[in-house]
Amino acid sequence: MIFLSEYIYYIGAIGLIFIGLLIVLVKRNLIKVVIGINVLDTGVNLFLISSGYLKGGTAPIYSPGSDAAPSTMVDPVPQALVLTAIVIGASVLALALSLGIKLYDHYETLDLEEIRGQRW
Amino acid sequence: MRDILSFRGFVALFLLGIIVAGISSAVGQIPFGQPDSEVGQLYLENGLQDTGAPNLVTSVVAGYRALDTLGEVVVLFVAATGLSAVLATSKRRVERELEDASLVLKTGCRIFFPLILLFGAYLFIHGHLTPGGGFQGGAVIGSAFLLVYLGCSGRRVSADAAGAIESLSGFGFVFLGLLGLLVGGSYFLSNFLPKGDLYELISAGIFPLIYILIGLKVGSEFAGIVDSMIEESK
Repeated sequence: MIFLSEYIYYIGAIGLIFIGLLIVLVKRNLIKVVIGINVLDTGVNLFLISSGYLKGGTAPIYSPGSDAAPSTMVDPVPQALVLTAIVIGASVLALALSLGIKLYDHYETLDLEEIRGQRW
Repeated sequence: MRDILSFRGFVALFLLGIIVAGISSAVGQIPFGQPDSEVGQLYLENGLQDTGAPNLVTSVVAGYRALDTLGEVVVLFVAATGLSAVLATSKRRVERELEDASLVLKTGCRIFFPLILLFGAYLFIHGHLTPGGGFQGGAVIGSAFLLVYLGCSGRRVSADAAGAIESLSGFGFVFLGLLGLLVGGSYFLSNFLPKGDLYELISAGIFPLIYILIGLKVGSEFAGIVDSMIEESK
């Protein structure tokens, strides 16, 4: 149990990555596959953020009147990476859904086995 | 559930089990809660003196790693352009009966739309002082336009205006970078404006300008994405 509480964010992130990959591999509906990609994206973002976490640390923002030292702040680099990654994830999600709209126009189904004949 | 209990599901579970066990054994070696990244520590210690921005995430996004941010903005632009290119060649143009939004949604839209815009603008204008920034503020502004499309029936964004704002702000970002190369120093996007007083709204040199441009660009891009998707589903 100590292991669990020490690494709970990593476990959550890897769990989300696992669930996302499983959905992408197993599900047949294109919309569900896109949702799986999004879950995978969330897992990767959570992993990056938690890799910069400092126990008991504060946000990396100075404010007047508080004397937070740099050594008590969490790492700002993963946060900067993830805040752009979230926005890009949202727009890539929209791109994937638009491709889904076109596929539905052409095949009149979102079932990947019918679209490609065979899933794998 | 039916999908997972098939042969394919078992193979996928088995393979993913191996992958996850591998990742976990590697990640377990990284001590959680004690980051020891040297570059992060360097930014934390020198960020305030180097850039004059109290929000250190901003000083990474718009200062130390501004060139990467330009790359991210380009990725966003390519995704939005790809979306409108994919949806532009649509042959299905069946006019569907649209139901009017309810009174609650209409009134809420009218009241909340300016407030959401204001909040988005606050987020990116104060990005160097408080939590927030261009990407977050732009996403908030995009959500305001989504509310307009859902609630205020008939109103829509002019695609030309959204495109113009997007291109002009993208151009402005590159122009600021080139100006920095010309005036300020030896590298692209160098902070050539005076840093000003700490914790003032007009401080930290070009960071507020960069974040306003990014906010406008992301906001108009999201408005364009929402516009294309709604046009398609009509």
